[in-house]
Amino acid sequence: MFLRLTDTDGLWSKLKNHVGVKVKHPVSESTRNLRARIHDPGVQKTTSVCPYCAVGCSTLVYHRDGRILDIEGNPESPINAGTLCPKGSATYGMHVSPHRWTTVKYRRPYSEEWEDLDLETAMDMIAERLKNSRDNNWQEKQEDGNPLNHCKAVASIGGAAIDNEENYLITKLFHTMGMVRVTNQARI
Amino acid sequence: MSGLGITYGRGGATSSLMDLQNSDCILIEGSNMAEAHPVGFRHPMIAKRKGAKLIHVDPRFTRTSALCDIYAPIRPGTDIAFLGGLVNYVIQNEAYFKEYVVNYTNAPTLLSEDYEDMDDTGIFVGWDEQKRTYDFNKWRYEGMPISPAVGGSQGAITGEAYSNRVGQYDGAGEFPTDPTLQHPRSVFQVLKRHFSRYTPEMVEKVCGTPKESFLEVAKTICENSNPDRTTSICYSVGWTQHSKGAQLIRTSAILQLLLGNMGRPGGGIMALRGHATIQGSTDIATLYNILPGYVAIPDANKTHNTWKEYLETETAHTGWWSNFPKYATSIMKAWYGDAATPENDFLFDKFVRINGDHSYYPTIMAMKDKEEGQGVEGAFVFGQNFAVGGPHARLARDGLRNLDYLVVLDAFDIETSGVWKLDGVDPKTVGVEVFFMPAALVAEKDGTFTQTQRMVQWHDKSVDPPDDARSDAWFVYHLGRRIKELYKDSTDPRDELIQAMTWDYGHEGDRQEPIIDNVLREINGYTVADKKPINSFVQLKEDGTTACGAWIYCGIYKDGENQAKNREFGEAPHANWGWAWPLNRRILYNRASADPSGKPWSERKKLVWWNEEEEKWNGIDVPDFEPAKNPDYRADPSAVGQAAISGNSPFIVNADGKGWLFAPGGLKDGPLPVHYEPLESPVQNLMYKQQYDPGVKKYDRPDNPYNKPMDPRYPYSITTYRLTEHHTTGAMSRWIPWLGELQPESFAEISTELAAEKGIENLDDITVITSRGKLHTRALVTDRIPVYDFDGQKLHTIGLPYHFGPNGLVTGGFVNDLMPVSLEANVSIHEAKAFTCNMEKGHL
Ligand code: SF4
Repeated sequence: MFLRLTDTDGLWSKLKNHVGVKVKHPVSESTRNLRARIHDPGVQKTTSVCPYCAVGCSTLVYHRDGRILDIEGNPESPINAGTLCPKGSATYGMHVSPHRWTTVKYRRPYSEEWEDLDLETAMDMIAERLKNSRDNNWQEKQEDGNPLNHCKAVASIGGAAIDNEENYLITKLFHTMGMVRVTNQARI
Repeated sequence: MSGLGITYGRGGATSSLMDLQNSDCILIEGSNMAEAHPVGFRHPMIAKRKGAKLIHVDPRFTRTSALCDIYAPIRPGTDIAFLGGLVNYVIQNEAYFKEYVVNYTNAPTLLSEDYEDMDDTGIFVGWDEQKRTYDFNKWRYEGMPISPAVGGSQGAITGEAYSNRVGQYDGAGEFPTDPTLQHPRSVFQVLKRHFSRYTPEMVEKVCGTPKESFLEVAKTICENSNPDRTTSICYSVGWTQHSKGAQLIRTSAILQLLLGNMGRPGGGIMALRGHATIQGSTDIATLYNILPGYVAIPDANKTHNTWKEYLETETAHTGWWSNFPKYATSIMKAWYGDAATPENDFLFDKFVRINGDHSYYPTIMAMKDKEEGQGVEGAFVFGQNFAVGGPHARLARDGLRNLDYLVVLDAFDIETSGVWKLDGVDPKTVGVEVFFMPAALVAEKDGTFTQTQRMVQWHDKSVDPPDDARSDAWFVYHLGRRIKELYKDSTDPRDELIQAMTWDYGHEGDRQEPIIDNVLREINGYTVADKKPINSFVQLKEDGTTACGAWIYCGIYKDGENQAKNREFGEAPHANWGWAWPLNRRILYNRASADPSGKPWSERKKLVWWNEEEEKWNGIDVPDFEPAKNPDYRADPSAVGQAAISGNSPFIVNADGKGWLFAPGGLKDGPLPVHYEPLESPVQNLMYKQQYDPGVKKYDRPDNPYNKPMDPRYPYSITTYRLTEHHTTGAMSRWIPWLGELQPESFAEISTELAAEKGIENLDDITVITSRGKLHTRALVTDRIPVYDFDGQKLHTIGLPYHFGPNGLVTGGFVNDLMPVSLEANVSIHEAKAFTCNMEKGHL
C-alpha cells in the first residue's frame, strides 16, 4: 500500500509536481525495485490444495531447484478466490518447519530414547512383523463354520488427512491380507 | 451421514459451498462456520451481500453469530427439539411446499396398522426391552411384506456418504397413497401428530431459546422457502457428535423436504467436514465395514457364505442398489485381475469377512485388553493423532502402550508415536516397539483430496520430500511389494489372494515413488480387454469384463483425462473446476428443481428441466436423473432396478425414488427423530419419560464410567470446539511457529456469571473434572456463553477447544480425556458436544 501511494502515479508524483522543490523519494531505489521472490526467473508454480480442513481451498506452490519458496491462495478458484485462512497460509510454514522430523526414528521396547534407523531396514522389519502377526493370528472360520479369512491382530488407523489414492492402496492391501480392523477419522 | 442417507439415499453434502451464494436464507446450526471453515464462510457472506438472511443457532455466541442477521442461543444437545419445533411450525402454519411434498416425498404413503404413534414414553412401537433393539417391521408401509432383511441402516454403519442398505426395503411394489394427505395413517398425518408437541413454548423450555427468537427463525426460513426462493442449511460436527447425531441431522433433512428446498439452487444441506479428504476416505473407505463406493464388506453373520448368496443379499430390487453385482464384481477384477474369474466366483471364497464391530472403539479396547483371539498386537497409523483426538483419549494411549509394535507415519513428534513417555509412565515399563516413518506433505506428492462438497481436486507434486520422508503411498506400495515377495512361494490357499493382488502401478525416480496416476486410473475403472478408461458407472458389468476400484468415482478419468485436474473458473455451478461424484453432478437430486411435469418451479431457481423436443433432461448442472426418462413415465409395480423409479421421483437411490419423511425400516433408533437429553445431562427430559436415546451403546467398564443424568457432582455441560488457528489434534498446527504465535495455549471459555459464582477471574488457573479425568487449564471469561434458565435452575456451559497435548510448540492438557466412550446407535459416533463436568478454581 505504501509503495503504491508513493509510486509514480501516486502520492510521490503529486508531491513532485506540486511542491515544486526537489524532494527525495521516501522509499529508496533498491527497495522500490524489490519484487516478490515468486517472480524471480526459474521459479515454477504448481497447483495444489490446502491440506487442513475440507473446504478445499486451492493453492499455488512456488518452488525452484527442489525447494519450496512460498505457498499462496489460488486467485482462480471459485472456492477461495485467492484467500486462505491462517491454517492454509501456514501450509508453507508446515513444509519448512524446523521442527519437522524427516528421518526414521526407532524406539526399542522398554527403551528411554529414539534411535536412528535406515529407511529400507525399517521397511523390512515392518513387513516381517506384519507377516508374523497375520500368520500367527489367522482365523479361517468362526464357530458355526462360516468362513472368516481374517486376522484381528493388526489395526490400520487414519486416512482422512492423506490422499484418496493412499486410502485406496491401504484398503486394497490390508483387506487382501485379511485385516479387518481398518478405521479412520470418519464417523458420520 | 446416515441421517441424510436414510432420507435422501446418499449421505454426502447435497450441494456446494459456491451454491450457498444462491441462497435467500442460510441456517447455520451445529457449526461455527466463520471460525472452523473460514474460507467456506465467504459464500454465505456473499449471499448476505446479495440480500440473503443468515441465521446462527448455537450454544456459543461466536464470530459466526456476530456476522449473521439472527442469533438464537440453544442449550447444548437440544437441537432435535429446536428443529422439531421448526417442523411443527411449518406444518401447523401450512408453510410447506405442497406440490413438492405430495410428489417428491413419501408424505402421501400409508403406513401399516402396526405403526402406532409414540406416546410420552418416548419409545416407538416395536421395542424389545431384553435385546434393547427395535422390531423394524412395525414401521412398514401398508402392503409391504414383513422381512427380516428390512431394517434401515442395519449392519451398515457407514460414514460420510450413503450406506449400502439405507433407502432400501425388500420387494418392489406399489403402496397405497392418499395424495390429499388427509388419511390418518398417511406419513404426513403421522408426522404432523408426532411433532405436534414441539411447540414454540416447548422449544423455549427445553432449548432455552427465547420464544421470539425461535419464531423469528421459523418465520424467516418459511418466507424464504417457496417456488421462487430457497433456504439452505449448513452443519458440522456440532450436530454429528451427539448420542443421537444421525436423528438430529435427519430432523433437518425432514425440514428441507417439507420446505421443498432439496435439489434446488441455493437449497440443500451442506455438511461441513473437518479433514482435507474425510469425504474421500469414506468414499474410498479405509473403514472396516465397507469397500470403496459403499459396497458392503462380506460378513460371516449375514448370508454371505458364497458369492451368489452375497450378491443376492446385498442387491436391492429397486432403486440404485439394484446395480450392486456390477460394482462388487468390478472391485474384485480391479484387485485380483486375471486370477478373478466367473468360474472361481472372482476369488470370493478367499476374501475377508467381518464378524462384528471392528471399528475404532472396539479396536482401542482390544489393544488395551488383548483378549484371547481378539487382541491387537500391531498398529499402523496414517496421519491420525488419536492419542489426543480419540474420545476418552487416555484409553487410547493406554491401548497404544500395550501394543507389541506401532508404525506411525507423520511429519512431527506427535503424541501418538511418543506415547511411551507420556502420562508420567516409566518408559522402562512400556514394551511397545515404535517405528516413526517421516511422511511427505501435500506439496511433495501427487494425489487427490475430496473436499466437503464431494469435489475431488488433484494436487501436483512440486518438490521431493526432504531426507527419508516419503508419501504414505510410497510406504503402502513398498510394504505391499515386500509382502508379495514374502508370500510368493507359499502354497497355502490362504495366501492365494496376496499372490493374485494386482500391484503393478509402476514407480519413478530414484526414490521409486509409485505412479499415482495409475492408481487413480484403477479407481476410475477400465474395460478389462483393452484397459481403456470407462466414462460412467452405467458401463460397469457383472460378468468380469470391467474392472473398477470405486464405482462412484467412475468418470474421474473420463475420456482418458484426469478430470480432478480441471481448473477452469467458468460459470456456476463451476462444473469445470475439479470433479464431483457422481458423474460431476454438483447439486444432488436436482430433478427436484423442476416441477412434476419437468418445468423449472421458477425462472429464478431453474437448474435442470425436461426438453420436450429432444426428449431429454437439460440443465445448468448435470441432471441427477436418467437422462431420457420422461417426467410422465410411471413405473409398473413389478418393475425392478431404475425402471421402478417413476419420472416424478427425484431421489433415485431410494427404493421408491421419494424423499423419506418417515423412514420405513427406520434408523436403528426410530423411524422419526425424537428429542432426548444427552447421555450425560444436568436436567431431566421434559418431553418424554425416556431420558436419553434408547439406542445408544455404552461401554460399562471401570475405565469408562459415565456421569449419571442430573448428578449434582457434575452440574455443567461441556461443549468442545475448534479454533481457527489450530487443526483437530494439532498434529499439523502445534509445531508451526506462525500458528503458535497466533494461538499459543489452551483455555476453557466460561461465562461471566459462572466466573463470578466460582470467584474466578479471567486467565485464572482452573480444573475441569469428569469421572474419566481432569484437565488443568486457564479460564477465558467472556459474555459469549449464554446461561440458561431451566425451570428456575441456572445451567452453565463450558467451551473447550480440544487441539492440545504435551508435545510441540503449543501445549496443553488432553481435553478428550474428559469424555466417555459412548456410541450413537447408527454410526457409532461419540458425544463430544454435550457431556457433563465440574469445574473448580486452581489446579487441583
Ligand atoms: S485455507 Fe482454511 S478454510 Fe481453506 S481449506 Fe485450508 S483450512 Fe480450510
